[in-house]
Amino acid sequence: MNIHEYQAKSLLKRFKVPVSEGILIEGSRDGITFKSADQVALEATQAAEKLKKEVNPAVFVVKAQIHAGGRGKAGGVKVCKNPADVPAAANAIMGKVLVTPQTGAEGKKVHKLWIEGGSDIKKEYYLGVVLDRALSQVVMMASTEGGMEIEEVAETHPEKIFRVVINPGTGYLPFHGRTLANALGLPAELHKDAVSFFKGVYECFIKMDCSQVEINPMVVTGDNKILALDAKVNFDDNALFRHPDVMEMRDTLEENAQDVEASKYELAYIALDGNIGCLVNGAGLAMATLDIIKLHGGTPANFLDVGGGASKEKVTQAFKIILKDPKVKAILVNIFGGIMKCDVIAEGVIAAAKELQLKVPLVVRLEGTNVELGKKILSESGLKITPADDLEDAAKKVVAAAR
Amino acid sequence: MSIWVNKNTKLIVQGITGSQGLFHAKGCDDYGSKIGGAKVVGGVTPGKGGQTVEGFPVFNTVAEAVKATSANATMIFVPPPFAADSICEAADAGIPLIICITEGIPITDMIATKRYVKERGSRLIGPNCPGIITPGECKIGIMPGHIHLPGKIGVVSRSGTLTYEAVHQLTKLGIGQSTCVGIGGDPVNGTNFIDVLEAFNNDPGTEGVIMIGEIGGTAEEEAAEWIQKNMKKPVAGFIGGASAPPGKRMGHAGAIISGGKGTAEEKFKALEKAGVRISRSPATLGVTMKEALKR
Repeated sequence: MNIHEYQAKSLLKRFKVPVSEGILIEGSRDGITFKSADQVALEATQAAEKLKKEVNPAVFVVKAQIHAGGRGKAGGVKVCKNPADVPAAANAIMGKVLVTPQTGAEGKKVHKLWIEGGSDIKKEYYLGVVLDRALSQVVMMASTEGGMEIEEVAETHPEKIFRVVINPGTGYLPFHGRTLANALGLPAELHKDAVSFFKGVYECFIKMDCSQVEINPMVVTGDNKILALDAKVNFDDNALFRHPDVMEMRDTLEENAQDVEASKYELAYIALDGNIGCLVNGAGLAMATLDIIKLHGGTPANFLDVGGGASKEKVTQAFKIILKDPKVKAILVNIFGGIMKCDVIAEGVIAAAKELQLKVPLVVRLEGTNVELGKKILSESGLKITPADDLEDAAKKVVAAAR
Repeated sequence: MSIWVNKNTKLIVQGITGSQGLFHAKGCDDYGSKIGGAKVVGGVTPGKGGQTVEGFPVFNTVAEAVKATSANATMIFVPPPFAADSICEAADAGIPLIICITEGIPITDMIATKRYVKERGSRLIGPNCPGIITPGECKIGIMPGHIHLPGKIGVVSRSGTLTYEAVHQLTKLGIGQSTCVGIGGDPVNGTNFIDVLEAFNNDPGTEGVIMIGEIGGTAEEEAAEWIQKNMKKPVAGFIGGASAPPGKRMGHAGAIISGGKGTAEEKFKALEKAGVRISRSPATLGVTMKEALKR
């Protein structure tokens, strides 16, 4: 799960990580009806005045809150020298669709703005905490190339990335922080602050069950303070059950509507841009099904894993979600029934096809337990279902049907 | 021959009184019992010790179960919030082989658990995996036993149903399997590709290996490097997720292309370079293995 920058900053603050102070403006709660420009301007003015009174920053920064990086270049961040310019900047961003390398071509509409005091920046750095999968341990990464994408730095200047691996037995120790501070070349008088800054970021990662914490940039200000200027925090979905406060931060406006619907039924669904709907059991087989469709010249409309123990109801829900996508021209059901029985799946498919009055061609490949019975049920249903013998046959037939 | 499990394996099931645990305890016991192979000797559910379910004695703790049954393997069906605890309990009780089927264990739990299991000298397979099977001898997991055929091909995979697909293709071609291992779809798992490849390499009963990887992480690249240096037997490989978009988690917690890394293309290339016979289609895994064996 992802959260917004403003939420990430409030979380980091809990772990005593210094962040830039700001105020949130919500433009829309449903993504459809927006506050009037006058209202946004009024709230922006109030925010700027409040910040001026409390923080008195040199500049004011208006930042679009979307779940994607690269906002600056897409026009989602505006710097105002004068608080009087803040309302116009706010209205220029609110409701706008931002297209960044991370949003895809359709972009993301801005519903929320974060207005914060800008800082006098002396130097920018990068700090990230992630899982190192090869080591099965948490690694902290820092770089002197703040503000740049870390992947880019890794490509062009790998020598400018410094890593410390944190042993799960000891957790973060001050020497980890000293090592990074030293590698970054931070002035000695700042090492103590850096050690405490890194500790807070690490603890946020571990205690909140994050999958990633990224401070980019982390800055040293003119008055020698270390500050998180931007923050990106993602969570391990498997651990959300123990963080109800994090779950409340979920912003479904930032997610694909079908993905949200699917998550209600515990279906793993991901919308793609093709025209062949897919319903498969098991994540690996579901991925392989998309691959083989592409190998045969088709394009999948979605990834959908109904899971190991799909019931009739779950299959029906899965069909409903697939059919909500108007691009779908044909559907492929690919089930390798191990524990799931093919006759049960066949009945689920028929029930769903009847209930939804399925209009698009349906190709079904069943394999595994009770496969003959399953095939018989499908052929006797009177529905126009194209049976497939194996994975390859299924892919060929559905690609032809979608043409 | 086989790796890690055979007809002498004595299995217990942690979470045996749950519906999934009991269903699969019966499935594994039936598979072994019918062919004079491995049996389920009992189960563990805290607070339900002393009961018997479907003929299986239930114990309160793993240590107690081991003492009474001499179990040397355990299969875990405990819900995700408690599964890491169960894995550690099994390792503490000295069970050498721990198979965790549970999907959805938090990563931070697994980081600590993996370390502990290693310290105790046990082997953990999974979590979030279908299990391990030596056809004709011992089934530990949720895979359909009937699609397997005893033989000489080892199968290792991060995916469950895709493993069934590969096994089914082999069996249809009349090619049997020595042992099939699902290492699971999580980013932190107990046993990796290299562990399994090494065991297959040393197993006189295995003549070739099918390796099925998927997007995310670098486990396949590391395995490729190992294969190039050490593998004496032919390997056929497939990577799932060539058409997966970047930044999206494809069902498995570990199946994600992040920062442009972990793509199927990189992995295919690494395997190809290591001399692995590649199958670009998931439908040709069986024939690719057959071809690789001829060389």
